[in-house]
Amino acid sequence: MAKSLAELKAIRDKKVNEINLRHGKNGYRVVVGMATCGIAAGARPVMVKLMEEVAANGLNDVTVAQTGCIGSCRLEPIVEVYDGEGNKVTYVHMTPEKVTKVVEQHLTSGKVVDEYTMTIVDGKIISPEVKA
Amino acid sequence: MAYKRSQILICGGTGCTSSGSMLLAKEVKKELIKHDILDEIEVVVTGCFGLCELGPVVIVYPEGTFYSRVESSDIKELVEEHLVKGRPLDRLIYTEKGDGHHPLSINELGFFKKQKRIVLANCGVIDPENIDEYIGFNGYTAIEKVLLTMTPQEVIDVIKASGLRGRGGGGFPTGLKWQFTHDAVSPDGVKYVACNADEGDPGAFMDRSVLEGDPHSLIEAMSIAAYAIGSSKGYVYVRAEYPIAVKRLQIAIDQAKEYGLLGENIFDTDFSFDLEIRLGAGAFVCGEETALMNSIEGKRGEPRPRPPFPANKGLFGKPTVLNNVETYGNITAIILNGAEWFASVGTERSKGTKVFALGGKINNTGLLEIPMGTTLREIVYEIGGGIPNGKAFKAAQTGGPSGGCIPTSMLDTPIDYDNLIAIGSMMGSGGLIVMDEDNCMVDVARFFLDFTQDESCGKCPPCRIGTKRMLEILERICDGKGVEGDIERLQDLAEGIKASALCGLGQTAPNPVLSTIHYFRDEYEAHINDKKCPAGVCKHLLNYTINEDTCKGCGICAKKCPAEAISGEKKKPFTIDTAKCIKCGACIEACPFGSISRA
Ligand SMILES: Cc1cc2nc3c(=O)[nH]c(=O)nc-3n(C[C@H](O)[C@H](O)[C@H](O)COP(=O)(O)O)c2cc1C
Ligand code: SF4
Ligand code: SF4
Ligand code: SF4
Ligand code: FES
Repeated sequence: MAKSLAELKAIRDKKVNEINLRHGKNGYRVVVGMATCGIAAGARPVMVKLMEEVAANGLNDVTVAQTGCIGSCRLEPIVEVYDGEGNKVTYVHMTPEKVTKVVEQHLTSGKVVDEYTMTIVDGKIISPEVKA
Repeated sequence: MAYKRSQILICGGTGCTSSGSMLLAKEVKKELIKHDILDEIEVVVTGCFGLCELGPVVIVYPEGTFYSRVESSDIKELVEEHLVKGRPLDRLIYTEKGDGHHPLSINELGFFKKQKRIVLANCGVIDPENIDEYIGFNGYTAIEKVLLTMTPQEVIDVIKASGLRGRGGGGFPTGLKWQFTHDAVSPDGVKYVACNADEGDPGAFMDRSVLEGDPHSLIEAMSIAAYAIGSSKGYVYVRAEYPIAVKRLQIAIDQAKEYGLLGENIFDTDFSFDLEIRLGAGAFVCGEETALMNSIEGKRGEPRPRPPFPANKGLFGKPTVLNNVETYGNITAIILNGAEWFASVGTERSKGTKVFALGGKINNTGLLEIPMGTTLREIVYEIGGGIPNGKAFKAAQTGGPSGGCIPTSMLDTPIDYDNLIAIGSMMGSGGLIVMDEDNCMVDVARFFLDFTQDESCGKCPPCRIGTKRMLEILERICDGKGVEGDIERLQDLAEGIKASALCGLGQTAPNPVLSTIHYFRDEYEAHINDKKCPAGVCKHLLNYTINEDTCKGCGICAKKCPAEAISGEKKKPFTIDTAKCIKCGACIEACPFGSISRA
């Protein structure tokens, strides 16, 4: 079937995420700790949810990646969000439910969800944004 | 699920395919299914990445991790570590030779740093068998722009202004060629566009890689050329020895037809275009434009005299544009980014980039694309990673059998059309062979002349007979039978052939000889006058001798010698009978005391 210009454009739009992945995206980079401890702690469902939400919200500039052990197994599942400048926010004890809120607030409108970050768990109030 | 968090790119170029990359793709899918992550990881089989020596090559995004020499037995671990647990598998990550550097991302490799990829932009990045991938990477937006917003003359003007010159060897301005064909009158209105993908230069595989890695870009560019000159039919002439390229191009043509990007009334305009593949039998002379057209017409692949030029009387006697694959590879980028952008890359009279197939005595053999004006030193030492085994650079050959060599003293010459001609070589289609101290330049000249002599179609005597005479002289020089005056005889024959051969094959065949005489005359003289081959290559000029003082008389060499040329009494120095010796070198390797030498 011959494709109209609009149909070609639709193919382009659909592909944009995969293409950005290969060219390097400029937006947030979300990293899920996925080593043995993370997987045991339930990192898989967190990552799957994350991918679903990112796709559902059309966040084509966001990269979802995984990494090995982040180093604090008792805080797993851990999700780290890096912005374009390399600033990092670390979310701990993540669940699929919490992911929805992080995507809605942080990834969509840049508002860090303070209550899920490292600061609360450690019992101290430090800035949730730590320079990577 | 639509969202892919990661992509695993597996090279499906000719190099990697021959080292087993197709098995890898299957194995990866199997492992992904096992871990139930098939729907979140995309497996993409691409064209050549350029580092074929390191194949099979696998790249994992978003990290851009570059894995080399991956075997199917590695896949289980690779998928589990990198894609399930998110830990790049260090063991398989490519380490650049020489510097102990351990780059993690493909963009950090020295091989890619100095490159600028216009023609190869999609090679190793997209799946060439999936038209949607090409479309996704802005594919078919250039033809859209051309058909909907530009007149044919505007297209030609942009190509002219870009300064693009033909990449098939001659360097003729592409815009001008299109203009001539556009202006040429065809009584019945029929004109053709054709693509030269014959690529006969030994060691070259640039065009093959583009066809394998990004076939749609050729289709799109040829459509643009057809619109510009007023043609509706194109031919791609590919050598039959390129089965993967032919297959992918055919798939691409079929897909483009299905999408209505080839065929009648493209984008509902008056423009129609159809494209056909013609297979060549692989004779070097069929890359010459008039021979190529004869061959497409079903005649013998012999050159015909020019004029008339193809722009006026080409295929089937109709005005025809013939361009090289790489030339076409620049067209969509020029249309989309503008002539000024293209002209900002390169040197004053050579715009844009050039793709080279880097081979010979070099660490990173492979395919690379550099801005015109890059120096040979940058190519050899930065992109190419230097010469293996700490050997010294001696020369580089560009232009294949039509070109010449560039000696050490010219390492800093910016590479472009005019500079290469000025130093006695030529751009050619992009073969770049590096030679080190162990290469004999007379032998190199003999090799190329042997090739052209063999490929001469025989139609005209200067080429048929002249190259044979030259080859005979070169052979006798290499055999130690050269006589005084041979160098001058070679030069005289060369001038005669250059002046009177009918086609480019003959006209350029003497170049490798002339250029090696020019820069390495002392080597010729050593062969002729002293009966010595300074590089130790020409067998007949080598003498193997045993050092009496250090030989322990063990007899090991005598046992290894296939010619029974070595004799002696145990515990006394052995000797070599030079009359029997066939110069195989086995004794040197065998002697535990390093007592045998070659000079
Ligand atoms: C012996 C001989 C072999 C050639 N082989 C090729 C070839 O393999 N590929 C190619 O593109 N041009 C080859 N050429 C150059 C073509 O004749 C022609 O100039 C070129 O295809 C034009 O395209 P361009 O202007 O885009 O470079 C060869 C020329 C000669 C004389
Ligand atoms: S120059 Fe050589 S290859 Fe060309 S037409 Fe003459 S004989 Fe044939
Ligand atoms: S070079 Fe070969 S043939 Fe000659 S002496 Fe040594 S082993 Fe024998
Ligand atoms: S192997 Fe070496 S040491 Fe032994 S006999 Fe031959 S030359 Fe002499
Ligand atoms: S064929 Fe795989 S890198 Fe060239």
